[in-house]
Amino acid sequence: MAGVTRVNGPLVEVDGLGGAAMFELVDVGGIPGEIVALTGDHATVQAYEYTGGLEPGARVVSLGGPLSARLGPHLLGGIFDGLLRPLDGTEMWLKPSPLRAPGRRLWPFRPLVPAGTPVAPGTPIGSVTGSGALPYLVLSPGGTVTAVRPAGGYAADAAVASVSGRKVTMEWLWPVRRGLPYRGRLDEQVPLITGQRVIDLLLPVRRGGTVAVPGGFGTGKTVLLQQIAKWCDADVVVYIGCGERGNEMADVLAELRELADPRTGGRLLDRTVVIANTSNMPMMAREASVYTGVTVAEHFRDMGYHAVVIADSTSRWAEARREFASRGGALPAEEGYPADLASAIAAFYERAGLVTTLGGEPGSVTIIGAVSPPGGDLTEPVTTHTQRFVRTVWNLERALAYARHYPAVSWNGSFSRDGAALAGWHVRNGRRDWVAARTRVAGLLAEADRLSALAELVGAAAFPARERVVLLAGRLLREGLLQQSALSAADAYCAPERTGRLTSQILDVVDECLQLAEQGMPAAEIETRDFSDVLRAKERP
Amino acid sequence: MIELEYTSLSELRGPLAVVSGVSKVGWDEFATIRLSSGETRHGLVLEVDRDLALVQVLEGTSGMAGDRTRVAFAGSPLRVPVGPGWLGRVCDGRGRPLDGGPAVFGASTAPAAGFPLNPTWRVPPAEPVLTGVSAIDLLTTLVRGQKIALFSAAGLPHLELAAQIAAQSHAGGEPFSVVFAAMGLTHADAASVRDALELRSAAGELVLLLNLADDPVIERVLTPRIALTVAEHLAFEMGRHVLVVMADMTSYCEALREVSAARGEIPARRAYPGYLYSDLASLYERCGRVRGRPGSLTLLPVLTMPAGDITHPVPDLTGYITEGQIVLSPQADLYPPIDALSSLSRLMRRGVGEGRTRPEHMDLAAQTLAALARARQAGELAEIVGAGALSATDRGHLDLARAFATHLLTQRADEERTLEETFDRAWRVVSVLPRRELAMLGEDALDACYREGG
Repeated sequence: MAGVTRVNGPLVEVDGLGGAAMFELVDVGGIPGEIVALTGDHATVQAYEYTGGLEPGARVVSLGGPLSARLGPHLLGGIFDGLLRPLDGTEMWLKPSPLRAPGRRLWPFRPLVPAGTPVAPGTPIGSVTGSGALPYLVLSPGGTVTAVRPAGGYAADAAVASVSGRKVTMEWLWPVRRGLPYRGRLDEQVPLITGQRVIDLLLPVRRGGTVAVPGGFGTGKTVLLQQIAKWCDADVVVYIGCGERGNEMADVLAELRELADPRTGGRLLDRTVVIANTSNMPMMAREASVYTGVTVAEHFRDMGYHAVVIADSTSRWAEARREFASRGGALPAEEGYPADLASAIAAFYERAGLVTTLGGEPGSVTIIGAVSPPGGDLTEPVTTHTQRFVRTVWNLERALAYARHYPAVSWNGSFSRDGAALAGWHVRNGRRDWVAARTRVAGLLAEADRLSALAELVGAAAFPARERVVLLAGRLLREGLLQQSALSAADAYCAPERTGRLTSQILDVVDECLQLAEQGMPAAEIETRDFSDVLRAKERP
Repeated sequence: MIELEYTSLSELRGPLAVVSGVSKVGWDEFATIRLSSGETRHGLVLEVDRDLALVQVLEGTSGMAGDRTRVAFAGSPLRVPVGPGWLGRVCDGRGRPLDGGPAVFGASTAPAAGFPLNPTWRVPPAEPVLTGVSAIDLLTTLVRGQKIALFSAAGLPHLELAAQIAAQSHAGGEPFSVVFAAMGLTHADAASVRDALELRSAAGELVLLLNLADDPVIERVLTPRIALTVAEHLAFEMGRHVLVVMADMTSYCEALREVSAARGEIPARRAYPGYLYSDLASLYERCGRVRGRPGSLTLLPVLTMPAGDITHPVPDLTGYITEGQIVLSPQADLYPPIDALSSLSRLMRRGVGEGRTRPEHMDLAAQTLAALARARQAGELAEIVGAGALSATDRGHLDLARAFATHLLTQRADEERTLEETFDRAWRVVSVLPRRELAMLGEDALDACYREGG
């Protein structure tokens, strides 16, 4: 019989597990764990719960299979821990507990194909309603439908169809550390509209893209990510609170419950899956939570939906890996992180993508990961490696946050490798000025930055009128366009049309001032003109 | 239960002892150690490997001999008695009485490590804790259920301020208690804290846990956990609003580092262990409010930034977990030396305003901060070009900054200001500026409270 030999926090060593496989789930004395190293019949297990009181000799049982996500209609609108165990309706204090199936409930099922139809893998056989805002599709494993249930209420684990003799249920399990299969990647460039001007205009992200959001504490990282979770034009949002604050999760839940989805009219929560693994919840479940989250997103991608994974914060995930590696005695690489840090980050972000699903539909997973660099040091390993593998970086700058410039996304320290291509998409979709406006705004901001650095040395008064107008233009763009209040009802979300309109209004004013300067009006006179109208335009709906 | 005692200590190193030949000993179990001299010490199991248990000895291993020391294990992680019996008591860092009274008993016990609070049971914090300190109440209001850190540096009066906050804070007449966990304080500091909190203690609203600078270092690992376990019960079972002050967290983290180094763990930044974030979070996250329960637990960790460096791991990781910070910085002869521009209460927006403090609170705070920011810029400019070259508006802002320092910020360490008085002073400060400069304040509020000339 297998038994525990050594316990060191979440690291548990076990003897007598002959025939066990790597990453297989085991139950160690009543709590779940995962095998992370094997030597003969001796295994190292990372425990997913607090191991207080666990003693050598405690019984270990193999649960026969890797850590898997239970994918089913219960996900949308739900809140789960890092192992995808439901948190809603459970006890106030989270005590260590084994994995168990969620409560049974009946879901309204409607067949989409009659018996006898050949169905390719990944095509829908039936649809389930009552689970959030979208129809939840039951997909075929491939074959011919031999039987299908009539419309009605069924339990998630009951057979609703049979395809070439295989039982098909609404819910099923998939190992979280393996990506769900798809037919192929698509190269199409379509932006994910976030409703944040600085992002949509200057630093856009594409559907299926990857974003890193590095920012020290107090730079407004969580507020920005919550804004995107609320307003981006995805079908499904998977919000992973990975080692973050409990009060923030309570806040996000309360807001998602109250806010209406502008596209469906339902609650925003109904298109969201929240995975809450706050910083005081067991650490190794935090490590698993980013994988469970991305698996859930891939599941909805396979139904032909566009999903966004927001992971706040990937640094806590990396730190959980570091802590465990250290307890296991692994040789440390940079700053104590294990040597596989870079490859683990790369592999995680590679699970994003715009793909053709097995069923032939386009679907996407976009990954937005917050990075919390210690001491705001952007040269630390998690930040530097993440920046290598993502296509977009929104760098949050402390100086901007201190000046109460929110969102504090730096326009000169960030990048979007898809910026030009996505601007082209806007032009093809009726916003003819988009590329020109974007280039102009970026150019003016860069010139204003250069000039204000110079002005700190020599004083702005020494500049000719044109240069002083460029400085003014920088201020107008920052205050009238890039700053966007998450608290303002009119401005929390800004549609691309409105972004385009605000941009051209400011650029018109800038042009007018440049012309006045050229005609010889003194700069001091131009600067004292009343710009409150163009600065306040963003506060009007 | 018959208590099994082990007598075989096979290794002693720093604060660690290895007990061999054990069976049925679990991880994180509590241990009692008896020396041949009759002295009793205590420990926590850091690791069990077959028949070996690695124990960290809270009181240190000095004087322990390998073959004449007896160790008994409690059979479970440490549990703390909880209940109203703690109120009014002064105890050491492990909860033993220092006030001459009997040991604290409770009707029940709770695990010192605590359990994580289910996030779906949390309620977003939404009411203020008033501290009677003007700069805090006006600009970085504490909200019930919030955790907000007090960042300081050596030589600054952070303990006086923490003690003042602990002495004066209230929740508008609802039952209020303070749990003050002192870690690594000098005797002089501890005495002044006790003095400042005497009235609160006499009123039965205070639990004081004192681990002093010359007390066992490793005991500090336990002190905040005992404090929080007691506080959780007062808040969530007894419906009180509890403020937990933990000072000084830097000393706590150093104790953690000492244990980590003794175990030969792979160090992360500045040789602190890689799990420092998780460990701090397991303390700080115990604050909050719970659905359907009247009480709240507000947390005020106090820490000194070594060499004033805010990027040091202790303030840095604390800042990532807490919901704001109150920053002290050296300012000539000022008490309290709060750096208003670096301080921030992230949850303030929810805890102030109509029905909570004053309707114009958020606007007045924003306006004051904006004016102070402009004054700082003007001050920097004045150092280069001379104050004479400044515009009238900039000079007005410098006047405002002076008025802020003298009329609002400066306060005696035993002076409790009501909210009315704080707002009265704040309006006088902003009224130094001409009315047209106060664009963030609403017309109604200006009509009611603006006084020409300040």
